[in-house]
Amino acid sequence: MNKKIIYVDHAATTYVKPEVFDEMRPYFTEYYGNPSSIYSLGRESKKAIEKARAQIAFYLGAHSTEIYFTGSGTEADNWAIKGAAYANRKKGKHLITTVIEHHAVLEAFEFLRKEGFEVTYLPVDENGIVDPNELAKAIRPDTTLVSIMYANNEIGTVQPIKELAAIAKEKGVLFHTDAVQAVGNIDINVKDLDVDFLSMSAHKFYGPKGVGALYIKKGTRVDSILHGGAQEKNRRPGTENVPGIVGMAAAIKLAYDNIEQNIKHLQNLSDRLIDKVMDKIPYVRLNGDREQRLPGNVNLSFEFIEGESLLLMLDMKGVQASSGSACTSGSLDPSHVLLAIGLSHEIAHGSLRISFGTENTEEDVDYIVDNLEEIVSKLRAMSPLYEDYVRKDGK
Amino acid sequence: MPDIIYFDNSATTCVYPEVISAVNEAYSRFYGNPSSLHRLGNEADIILQQSRQIIAKTLSTSDDCIYFTSSGTESNNWAIKGVCRANKRRGSKIVTTKIEHPSVLECFKYLETEGFSPVYLDVEPNGQLSSELVRETIDNHTILFSFILVNNETGAIQKAEDIIREVRFINPNTIIHIDAVQAYGKIPINLLRLDADLLTISSHKIHGPRGCGALYIKKNTRIVPILHGGGQEKKYRSGTENVPGIYGFAKAAVKTNSAMQENRKKYKALRDIIIKGLSESFSDKFYVNSPSDGYEGILNIAFPRVKAQVLMHHLETKNIFVSTGSACSSRRNVQSHVLTAMNLPKENIEGAIRLSFSGMNNEEQAYEFIDAIKEIIPIIKY
Repeated sequence: MNKKIIYVDHAATTYVKPEVFDEMRPYFTEYYGNPSSIYSLGRESKKAIEKARAQIAFYLGAHSTEIYFTGSGTEADNWAIKGAAYANRKKGKHLITTVIEHHAVLEAFEFLRKEGFEVTYLPVDENGIVDPNELAKAIRPDTTLVSIMYANNEIGTVQPIKELAAIAKEKGVLFHTDAVQAVGNIDINVKDLDVDFLSMSAHKFYGPKGVGALYIKKGTRVDSILHGGAQEKNRRPGTENVPGIVGMAAAIKLAYDNIEQNIKHLQNLSDRLIDKVMDKIPYVRLNGDREQRLPGNVNLSFEFIEGESLLLMLDMKGVQASSGSACTSGSLDPSHVLLAIGLSHEIAHGSLRISFGTENTEEDVDYIVDNLEEIVSKLRAMSPLYEDYVRKDGK
Repeated sequence: MPDIIYFDNSATTCVYPEVISAVNEAYSRFYGNPSSLHRLGNEADIILQQSRQIIAKTLSTSDDCIYFTSSGTESNNWAIKGVCRANKRRGSKIVTTKIEHPSVLECFKYLETEGFSPVYLDVEPNGQLSSELVRETIDNHTILFSFILVNNETGAIQKAEDIIREVRFINPNTIIHIDAVQAYGKIPINLLRLDADLLTISSHKIHGPRGCGALYIKKNTRIVPILHGGGQEKKYRSGTENVPGIYGFAKAAVKTNSAMQENRKKYKALRDIIIKGLSESFSDKFYVNSPSDGYEGILNIAFPRVKAQVLMHHLETKNIFVSTGSACSSRRNVQSHVLTAMNLPKENIEGAIRLSFSGMNNEEQAYEFIDAIKEIIPIIKY
């Protein structure tokens, strides 16, 4: 077995950076008090949480009282969507989202649809971008919430959130953005965007798993989805995961203190990969917008290739990539995102997502390209379809 | 931080050093997403499934009945709301007790807004549910019965097998949920014998990491998810699995469960020392609110004409940490709903503090506590 590991699946999850864990450690051992306890040991924990909250708020341009901690990005999405839908159901029961959302959003809407809400799914163009005019047309008097993801987890497309949020606001409709893939990877300022809700998850930017957060703009009507103790200002119960929260803040600081450098680095790796693959491998397309995309995301479709075989063979070479989102990679259905941007089933099946992290290098890219070239030609050599096609193509 | 005497282990515990190492190891080595198809994903999935088997074994059940969540609160919310929403055609009556944790009580209260009719049962002065009352309350339309196995404020242990037998006799379709957050790792829980449909446990009460809980769901129990998304946990609980947390949870579960008998003996000794010491100094001017046959690790006591919060803060200046009731409600500054439900005199409630032990406490600390109390009480008595 090849010992070399090149991890390029950062959109699925990341490891916890050692400097992040160093910040967390004292809250496992020394300051382990329950933040709800009113003695000093509890107060230390409470202080740590409030410091973390302020730190996260600072990097996102929010006020610290607008950041609420959750157990995951999924929970943050569920909370914003169900919480806003229920809190405003007297006003109306029409909701709007898009066809390329993460399952945490799509399934929350599906649940609401079964509960009697009506959901409109906006289409996207061939690059995965939502047309603001389509949103404006879809909003009705009984619309209460629009949810559009900031950056897509599969194809990396970044939406014109500011413009979209402005349309919702003009019509008096709440706006949620699932920014799980965006936070820590690109600059975000919630006040500038003027959104009402924004979801994030620590394990996508070198923070710990099991902790997420929801930005809720001050004064926004939203119901709780979990009930219990009075934590998080009575809005989200459960003993606070202090080490996790401290880790999330440390990770966000690490990400944003070096954001320009990180973006440049990731952009360089992505460009290098795209250029080399396009140059060396025929019949391949880049999915998603060439410009409006996450700096570390590359999503490619190889014609005449079964994505699963490609992944498996890359894995044998130590390359840890993905065929789409991790959540659905166990299933055989082609990605709903790739189908939404107009790919056929066959081509969608031959897709590969590479998502870079800060520790990846140019050598990693070259290693991936070399192996891709070899694996793709090997797999195509076994494909009768490819043979026919090439003969017809006159090559 | 100076040497402290931490008698608040029911609020939360410190994480075992070997658990921290395990969590950190997982953060840096087993960090793949278990849903990913590559090697790192696969390794993470193996760790996840092994941890599930370990937890299942500590409850004498099979691993496919264990579902991981982000907390005991989430597990309780899921069990209660998930059962109600899945069974609303069968009835609307839901039953619990007046001595539950807020994460159960608040769910019941909330479910009124979804059209359910909650009933809250009284308990005896010793904190026990009476079988007769259970028998009288459960009817054909009762879809859910939820009760706390070890009470977080007093340590009262319910006679779960008897209660369940009563419920099953009246209505075999009533789904039974047990909140075992304070019981797991503290008293034996054998799901081969205990006929519950759902059971909640939490990691940070047994020296495991925060942000990690689990729900036992007996096969074929009618329940729907409350978090929707990627379909992890066999489509029942969405969200990327917190593998490092779960790995730490399993490590803590093994250690805590294997130390159970020894710990209980130790807590019994600590409890005896404290009760004896205080009885000698205060004779009848001190109350034990915990039942004598309760869980040894929780001791709820009160002093007449003493404000619990004042006592707690004085103890704190001596680096002794106790609590007034449960941590979750201690900021609310209201009287304990548990002690009130037990119908105890006002004096027992007003001056009540809770001591909760862990294996890291010792007898020397118990004596220090007695000395501190002897010094403090005369000063603060009004």
